[in-house]
Amino acid sequence: MEVKPKSACDSCAHFNAAGLKKLGVNTKAFDHVIALAGNPNTGKSTVFNALTGLRQHTGNWPGKTVTRAEGAFEYNSEKYKLVDLPGTYSLLSTSEDEEVARNFILFGRPTVTVIVVDASRLERNLNLVLQILEITDRAVLCLNLMDEAKRNHIEINTRTLARDLGIPVVPTSARYNEGIPELIQTISEVAKGTIVCKPHRIKNIPKNIEKAVEHLSTEIKKEYPNMPNSRWIAFRLLEGDQHIIELLKSGEFEEYAL
Amino acid sequence: MMQKNIDNIIAQSNDLRWQIGDEFHDNLAEGIYADAAEIVKASVHKPNENNRLRLDAKIDKIITSKTWGFPLMFLILAVVLWLTIVGANYPSSMLADLLLETIHPALKGYASTLGIPWWLDGFLIDGVYLAVAWVIAVMLPPMAIFFPLFTLLEDFGYLPRVAFNLDHLFKLSGAHGKQALTMSMGFGCNAAGVVATRIIDSPRERLIAIITNNFSLCNGRWPTQILIATIFIGAVVPSSFAGIASLGAVIGIAVLGICFMFLVSWALSKTVLKGEVSTFNLELPPYRPPRFWKTLYTSLIDRTLIVLWRAIVFAAPAGAVIWLISNIYVGDVSVAAWLIQSLDGFGFLLGLNGVILVAYIVAIPANEIVIPTILMLTVLVTGVSGGEGAGVMFELDSVNATGDLLRAGGWTLLTAVNLMLFSLLHNPCSTTIYTIYKETKSAKWTVVASILPVILGFVVTFLVAQVWRLLM
Repeated sequence: MEVKPKSACDSCAHFNAAGLKKLGVNTKAFDHVIALAGNPNTGKSTVFNALTGLRQHTGNWPGKTVTRAEGAFEYNSEKYKLVDLPGTYSLLSTSEDEEVARNFILFGRPTVTVIVVDASRLERNLNLVLQILEITDRAVLCLNLMDEAKRNHIEINTRTLARDLGIPVVPTSARYNEGIPELIQTISEVAKGTIVCKPHRIKNIPKNIEKAVEHLSTEIKKEYPNMPNSRWIAFRLLEGDQHIIELLKSGEFEEYAL
Repeated sequence: MMQKNIDNIIAQSNDLRWQIGDEFHDNLAEGIYADAAEIVKASVHKPNENNRLRLDAKIDKIITSKTWGFPLMFLILAVVLWLTIVGANYPSSMLADLLLETIHPALKGYASTLGIPWWLDGFLIDGVYLAVAWVIAVMLPPMAIFFPLFTLLEDFGYLPRVAFNLDHLFKLSGAHGKQALTMSMGFGCNAAGVVATRIIDSPRERLIAIITNNFSLCNGRWPTQILIATIFIGAVVPSSFAGIASLGAVIGIAVLGICFMFLVSWALSKTVLKGEVSTFNLELPPYRPPRFWKTLYTSLIDRTLIVLWRAIVFAAPAGAVIWLISNIYVGDVSVAAWLIQSLDGFGFLLGLNGVILVAYIVAIPANEIVIPTILMLTVLVTGVSGGEGAGVMFELDSVNATGDLLRAGGWTLLTAVNLMLFSLLHNPCSTTIYTIYKETKSAKWTVVASILPVILGFVVTFLVAQVWRLLM
């Protein structure tokens, strides 16, 4: 009997290929919900396809994904439901496609939010990343399109980046399936709490605003002790977001906060 | 108690908002950008910024330039169409040989040995089977070429450039610049184009985009345009120019469709859908070399087969209906003949005929079956024995034979030109109508989007017919 020699990769958690089952659209009975957010045209749909084995068409134009696409995968016998959100540049404005993304991250309470960014355009993409990190505690940065970044001779120190952002950073080239096993492993570790995130909070704001946010946030915390994103709610209240005010008034918030 | 506290929080936030003043939003945004800049500075090392994406910028300079932008767009459209038209010929005739010349007689023979009654045999094999076979033979090859080409352009990153080039025109017509993207999707399938309008935020501009999407010639209509142009337009020029002339005519119709789209968008935005043009920013993505084989595979599986399946699902019952109206008699004329006679007068006014109008009624579920229906009904009316009997769809051996049959049915160059115009300007197919209803959730706008193009079609063909008859 011939025994195949085990390569180093086989024993590594990151290459646990046998534990991965792409479930396509079968999203019934899942253990974790994973949201996929990011700027338009960063390859979210490609990452989505790579994870779920679906072949949703991916186009090279912003706005390709107009609806919330859902898919699933199984990893080490835990089921993950993946929700591909429409691409947005920001969560601060009130346009309708941003609302889908914002509401899901805020109220859908995904276990982990994967933020897909274009490695060559990191600075512009960070605008959205920092906003999402205000909302959620569990996130993974998927540094996608690394092949293009390499071609443009852009070097990114993922370790310092991860430290500054307070979340794990996984470089990928989803088109070529590079980095996807590592991404899955990281998602599962964040979902299970093996990796604990300490997300970056916006620092460069004037003192008076910081104080106001601090104040409101404590008030909200008093009212809803379980609210993980009281700071963001405070931001929205200061902005005068009618949607949030209505939710607070109607008490529907209670359901979301649980 | 609880309520009081929440009101208290909201009241506090209102007070604080007054204290902070208007700059809150800007301050927050600036804060985020400052943080982002710090983080990037610490972790990202970029070589000379100017070196980056130089090739992209060079390509963009040409593709989106004022001089070359439009000619290049038409050139690309022409090349895609040319490849589709020329490339589809061979597989189309092979499929027709197989499905219509070999399998159909075999099925008929098998049915007769089994002793199946003539009406059942006619209904199933001549009606349902032939309609489906025709749709596969005529539609599959052009779609299998057109969709992958379109998808390759999409993956390459060309579509946002089209939007960029056309933005000015959209602004002038009071519509949203992103309508260029939904319009492009419409060239593949109007139902897909209507769904794609979700990228347009403003409800007003989205409605305009939905109503005018039908002016993008869809995949079900390209074959009609191509066939009629080949038979009639190609015939009026020396044979060496026939290909170019018919290609030019098809592109002409497509461009005319775009003109109508702008015109109707403008008219709508000046009347019932008044409002400001909203601004938006459109990122021109970097050019990405498409992954050829993967694109080919996904566009075949995701688009071609899905659209083909839809066509088959609709063609099968339509084939049955055609067979039935040709074989059910009221008095001594068939229902089809009676319909054709009653619509002939109106058809003449439009420079068309009763056969064409009946075909367009039968073909509401799928534009693809217009031509086979026309041929079948023409045989019924003229009594020319080109086909295989009443209500039987067929593929004539050659384009010439099709032309001869149509001429025997009283067709002139005017009929051909007006058919091409009417194919552009008529109601959307039933799938698109249903999609419009689902997207707008409004019966009123669904009716407008369905009726408006037909009315335009009547007006345009009527005017062309009158002027033509005056001059010729």
